Amino acid sequence: MKLKTTLIFLLTVCGLLFVVSPALAEEPSPTPSDDEVNAIAANMYCPVCENIPLDVCPTAACAQWREEIRDKLSQGWSEQEIYDYFALKYGDRVLAEPPRQGFNWLAYIVPPLAFIIGAYFLYRGFKTWRRPVEELVDESPAKPTEGQDEYLSQLEKEVERRK
Amino acid sequence: MNISRNWKRKSSAASENKVSGRMTEEKETNEQKSGQSILVQILVWGAVLFLLGIVAIQLSKTQEGTVQIGDKAPDFVLTTFEGDDIASTDLTGKVVLINFWASWCKPCEVEAADLQTAWEMYEPSGDVVFLGIAHLDTDKEAAAYIERFKITYPNGHDLGTRISQDFRTTGVPETYIIDQNRILTKVKIGPFASLSEITSAIDSLLEP
Repeated sequence: MKLKTTLIFLLTVCGLLFVVSPALAEEPSPTPSDDEVNAIAANMYCPVCENIPLDVCPTAACAQWREEIRDKLSQGWSEQEIYDYFALKYGDRVLAEPPRQGFNWLAYIVPPLAFIIGAYFLYRGFKTWRRPVEELVDESPAKPTEGQDEYLSQLEKEVERRK
Repeated sequence: MNISRNWKRKSSAASENKVSGRMTEEKETNEQKSGQSILVQILVWGAVLFLLGIVAIQLSKTQEGTVQIGDKAPDFVLTTFEGDDIASTDLTGKVVLINFWASWCKPCEVEAADLQTAWEMYEPSGDVVFLGIAHLDTDKEAAAYIERFKITYPNGHDLGTRISQDFRTTGVPETYIIDQNRILTKVKIGPFASLSEITSAIDSLLEP
């Protein structure tokens, strides 16, 4: 009798699991939070209100865009897929980081290049500033150091020897 | 003493030769350095001028304003929300009204109903085509807007904002009317105030 009851109980549990599990599996993913949406929106700009990141832009257009990001996230889109979608639909200018192609390369090359060129000119500037200072300070006649001018030292030795 | 003098002379000559050699070397080195410096300066100034040129072109584009009346209208292909492609080049011989709008744009709502009424007036003749271009809009909101104002003329997204860039639009709503020879005849910045304002602009192009 006890075995029969246990068997019935187990069959009931299995039956319930069989009915409930597909329903659980099909349940939509939870709505993405504002933080999740804003993490992506922070890397985008709405062309309507230039120079304001999408996550903090107060216009209706930007609110709609954020909702679109939320929709895409809830559909399981990856961050990159969302960026690609927005770039295709609204142009590359919506991205905080322009794609590395064509003229966009200028945005990546020019700043470090300008820095390097600037550093080079600064270095040259410092180098040329130092020279006159050295010449002014070292006004006394230069004493030949050992091996500096072998002819001169040889001559001096010869003169000393013949005195 | 004579030997000493001779030594001094020899040594002095040797020193002079050495110094003159050094000076020649230094001169050559300085010339090389100067040549390199000029080349570097030319390259740097060339790069600076190139960048300034790009900035100037971009600035002039933004300052240019919309396409001017009397100019040939830019060619474009509009992909409608239904998925059809409409090429502006295929519309030669017809009057074309292009309306840039957005669901988030309140002034666009002012003219939406009048545009639809005007379209219903001209559609049977087949001489006039209306095209709605959703500017920076989302699918869901754009569809809701079309549904709300019961718009039946073809509408589509401004994909990549290419069409608005070609027309150099300054915002929404903006409407461009193009004649049968694809010449721009009217630019309306902001909403049409009335139905008659729309019809008078089109009728003047349909008159024989």
